[in-house]
Order: sequence, then C-alpha cells, then structure tokens
Amino acid sequence: MASTRAGLSRRTVLRGAGTAAFAGLSVAALKLPFFEVSGAQQDPAACRAGDVSEQERRLVISNWPGYIDPKRKETSTFQVFQQQTGITVDYTDDVNDNAEFYAKVRNQLGSCQPIDRDLVMLTDWMAARMIGLGWTQPFDRAKVPNLHANLIEPLRNRQWDPDLEFHAPWQTGLTGLAYNAAKTGEVRSFSELLTRSDLKGKITLLTEMRDTMGFMLRVVGADPRDFTQDQWDDAIEELRKVVSDGQVRAFTGNDYTQDLAAGNIVACEAWSGDIIQLQFENPDIKFVTPEEGLSLWSDNMIVPNGATHQANAEAWIDYYYDPEVAARLAAWVNYICPVEGAREAMEKIDPSLVDNKLIFPDAESLADTFDLMPLDDRQTIAYERDWSDVIGG
Amino acid sequence: MRSGRTGYLLLLPGLLWLLLFFVVPFYSLVATSLYDPAGSDFRGYEMTYRFGNYLDAVTDYWRPLVRSLMYGAAATAVCLVLGYVLAYAIAFKAGRWKNLMLVLVIAPFFTSFLVRTLSWKLILADDGVVVDVLQTLQVLGDDGRLLATPVAVVAGLAYNFLPFMVLPLYASLDKIDHRLIEASSDLYAHPVVGFFKVTWPLSLPGVVAGTLLTFIPSVGDYINAELLGSPNQRMIGGVIQSLFTDANDYPAAAALSVILMVLIVVMVLAYVRRAGTEELL
Repeated sequence: MASTRAGLSRRTVLRGAGTAAFAGLSVAALKLPFFEVSGAQQDPAACRAGDVSEQERRLVISNWPGYIDPKRKETSTFQVFQQQTGITVDYTDDVNDNAEFYAKVRNQLGSCQPIDRDLVMLTDWMAARMIGLGWTQPFDRAKVPNLHANLIEPLRNRQWDPDLEFHAPWQTGLTGLAYNAAKTGEVRSFSELLTRSDLKGKITLLTEMRDTMGFMLRVVGADPRDFTQDQWDDAIEELRKVVSDGQVRAFTGNDYTQDLAAGNIVACEAWSGDIIQLQFENPDIKFVTPEEGLSLWSDNMIVPNGATHQANAEAWIDYYYDPEVAARLAAWVNYICPVEGAREAMEKIDPSLVDNKLIFPDAESLADTFDLMPLDDRQTIAYERDWSDVIGG
Repeated sequence: MRSGRTGYLLLLPGLLWLLLFFVVPFYSLVATSLYDPAGSDFRGYEMTYRFGNYLDAVTDYWRPLVRSLMYGAAATAVCLVLGYVLAYAIAFKAGRWKNLMLVLVIAPFFTSFLVRTLSWKLILADDGVVVDVLQTLQVLGDDGRLLATPVAVVAGLAYNFLPFMVLPLYASLDKIDHRLIEASSDLYAHPVVGFFKVTWPLSLPGVVAGTLLTFIPSVGDYINAELLGSPNQRMIGGVIQSLFTDANDYPAAAALSVILMVLIVVMVLAYVRRAGTEELL
C-alpha cells in the first residue's frame, strides 16, 4: 500500500513537472528571447586589441599536434626563437579538427571577444572562412619581409587572400593517392580508384570535402578552382553512385593509415605527410600523383581578433620564413616546406631529405595542383550538406 | 507538515540542475529547430517558426533514422540473449564467484570507450582470425569481410552496452525467492515450464530496465557506426554531428535531434505501458 502511494505521488510529481515544463515552453515560445543567433561577421579594425608585445615578451600559439620540433631541445628552432627574441612562447597543440576548433571559438570571435591566443594554425578553407568573417587581424607588412620574399610560388595568389595580408602558410601538404604495392598493382588515377572492381570495398576516401570533391570535380572534367552548380551536382552524383555500389569502404581522417598498414584497405586517397611516416615502417606503401593532379593545401598562421601580442606573432612568422630555420623544421616535421631556399639550406642539415619529393616537390609535380574555389556562406551550407548526405549513406 | 517541506527543499538542487542543464538547452534546441534555414553563421538566423524544418529533416534523413532504430533493436536483442544467460548464471550458479564475476562484467569500462571500439577493428580485421575462420567454414565468401558491414556495427554496439543489460537483469534475478522455483517443481512443473511461469515473469522489471538502458544509448550512438561501419551504415548521431559541426546547418541538425528524442520517448512509453511495469517510471 505504502509503496503504491509513493509510486503514485512520484508519478504525479513527474506528470506535474512535465505539464509545467510544457506550459512554460509554450509561453516562452511566445514571449521569451529565442536565443536568436545574430550574424557572426565582425570588423577586424573594431575588434583590435592594444598590442602589449613590447612590455610583455609572450606569445600564445595554438597548433595541430606533431607540427613543431622538440620544444625542450636546446638547438630546436623553437628554443632558438625564444633565445634570440626573448619571447616566451606558450605553445599548445589543441587544434585537432578545423570544424571543431571553429565551434570552440565561434561564440567569442563572433561577438568580438578575444580567444586569448595570438596565433592559430588553420587549414586553407577554415582560414578563408575566418578571414571572410573578419575575425583575423591584418599583418604589418613591414614586420614580415621574409614571408613576402620567400613564400613558394604555388602558394601565392590564393583567391581568398591574394596579397598575404592575413595569412602565412605554416606547413603544406599534398593530397594524392596511396596504395600498398604488396597487395595490389599500381593505381594511377582517381577514377581508377573509384571504378576498379578488384578494389571494391578496399579503398577509403578522406572526410575533407575540399580534398575529395576537388578530385571528383576533376573526374567529371570540371575545374575545382572555378565550377558551376551543375558541375558540382555531376560530381556529387558520381560520388553517390560509387558509395552506394560499395566501392568505398569508409571516409576517414588520419586514421586511414592504420587500415592501410593493417591491410584492411589496399589503396586510398592520402596526405603526403602521413605517407612519408608510413614508408619508414613499410616501404611497400607508395604515394602517387594521380592523373587528375594533386590537391595542394596549407595550414596557415592567422592572428585572431583581440590578440594582444601581434608584434611577437609577426616576429615568429618572419623567423620561420628564414630558409635555414624552415629547413631545420622541415627535417623534423616532414611536411612540404612552404619556404623558397629551404631546399638549398637542407643540404647542410640532412642531405638525405633534399631529394624527397614529398618535402621539396619539384616544379613538375606542382605543375598540376588545385584547390577548391572559395565558397560563400550559403554555398558552404548547401555543399557541406550534399557532402554529408553522400558520405552518410 | 514540516517533513513535507524538507522533501521539496531536498528536491531543489536536482530540479535546478534539470532546469539549467536540460530544460534550458532543450528550449534552445527547439527554438533553433524553428529558425529560418535561409540564415547562416555569417548573417545570423531569424526566428520564423518554420515547422517545415521537421518535414525536411524526415524527408532527407529517414533512412539513417530507421537504420539507427533497427541497429539499436538488433543490438538490444543480442544483449538480451547474451545478458540473460550471463546474469542467470551469475545469480543462480556462481556461488562464491558472484562478486568476482560482476566485477568482470564491468571490467571493460576501465578502458576508454574509443579504445574498446577500436580493438574490435583488430578482432574483425580482414586478415584477422575471425574472418579467416569464417571463410574456411564457408560462412563468408573468399573476399567476404565483417568490418564495414552492419554485423560489425551491431556487434560493436552489443559489446559496448552489454553491461547495461547484465546489471539490471542480475539485480532482478538475484531477488527472486528460490522457494518459488522449488514450489513450481514440487507441483510437477518441468524446469522449462517453471522458468517461463516463475523466473521469467519475476525478472521482467530487469528485462525492461536492461532493454531501455541498452536501446536508448545505442540508437543515439555514432562512434560504433563511424569506426566499424562504412558510409552505408551511418547512424543518425553521425548525421546530426556532421550537420552541426561540418555543414553548420543548425536548424536541420536541431530538428533532427528533437525528432530523435521524441521518437525514443514515444517508443519507450509505448513499450513500458505494454510491458506493464509502470513502477519503473
């Protein structure tokens, strides 16, 4: 009896609470604020913070993991920078994913609040989006002469920041194909990857829309740098067909490397930097420049609004655009070095890397590179939805 | 009178918690789901009470929605069969090993969810033992595989949520008065009949609790589908996640979240009503 009563009253309370919440919700829907999202666009000039670089020799950097030489080593580029300039660098590798980082800082930067960082490394499209949103500060051109003098040619004149006002490439990579020579014959092109029946269910593509769709646009004969809605539709339809046929096993981030090493997949769309690492352990893994060309991308240094040590950040940028420093860093991180003259400087540091085409690609392999044209906000939503619908079945 | 008031005061922290971390976010979610989808992060969103967002979401994503419910149901069924046998053994046959076995059931929780799921990639790998054995037995074709199939996803779900099934089942079974089962055999009931007439009905509260605790999280889960499945096995959680973070299509993502929530609540209510164990609520 007692327990029944307790049960009843508990249920009554719950029901009451439910009704109250519902009623509250209905009233709220009429009267209360809707958490309406206002536009996130800002004016960099209005969101500028006072620069305290002179008084405070500090610099706060957010970067991707594994993108710097050992920070404690006396002779590392990182230590030498601190010794030369007297700037203490507060370095965190808390960028794991562009979209995730965007979600993390959106509320602050979208309302002109500082994110307590002076320099952030983000991939082209995200850097472009943030620059477009007015969330980043322009560099003082006089303080980064090395950047303007030494940036390699293929990375100049990007459509979203042609004059390098807001961004400086940190490291660069190529997206192409990789295959395991012990398991399959050579894979020469992207369309071969998507159509060869012996590869069915044994390939992966990347979840980065701009990489994969760049290739798909090439496959349907369009130019990723300048395409129409119809061409986009063709490309996405082509991909949808391939996915529903079961040709593609998965869309992945960096984790394709494990599947490729374990033999779960035999060929895939791949990033050059990962493949260098894999080749150290397994020489059967090959990187190919597909017939469709290569997608060339960078992770770029940008100074977010509200940064208080911009001059120190510019000192860092200029330092890393010194060819010798760039070469010493490249010898460690194994990505493509965006600095002209680093290859010559590498002769003295590690001659075995001078001819590595995945660190210093020759003009021939860079001749046919592409990146996706900048998308406006509506295009971004529409295309990302098309994309996530396809990769989500 | 005074004790009544104390009761309400004691409720206060819980209610505040619920208000702050459930009612407010839920309200915001519902509001977001009714925004004009023509907005964007750049220009902001306007509130236009567009209920059509719900229709659009269902039209575009009914497939992963149905798939999630099916995978959740399959994983729950697998868990129920495996979990019941295990819980029965622990409750009635384990004797002094009871506590040790219970610890072993939750032992996998000492490692992270991601690591546990990733280790299934090793177990089910194309060149792995399981696939080899199944190929030899001709269960799988020569180029057959388990990874990137529904089997792998359901296996991952069942594995990850099994303890949520075992523990409530054990709690129910352990409470059963052995004399009732003895009585049934005294009355010449075959052990099988005894099980279905005595043990099973008495364990129903555990079955209901266990199935709910398994079904609800597995429907919303997307890690298993993402790591063990292919795009053709993607579940609704993955879709919502990519709509929120990649496409930044907040209204669609919010509408889909609300739909999933309502769907689960309705199904659970119908189920609990049918199972007749209302004291669980």
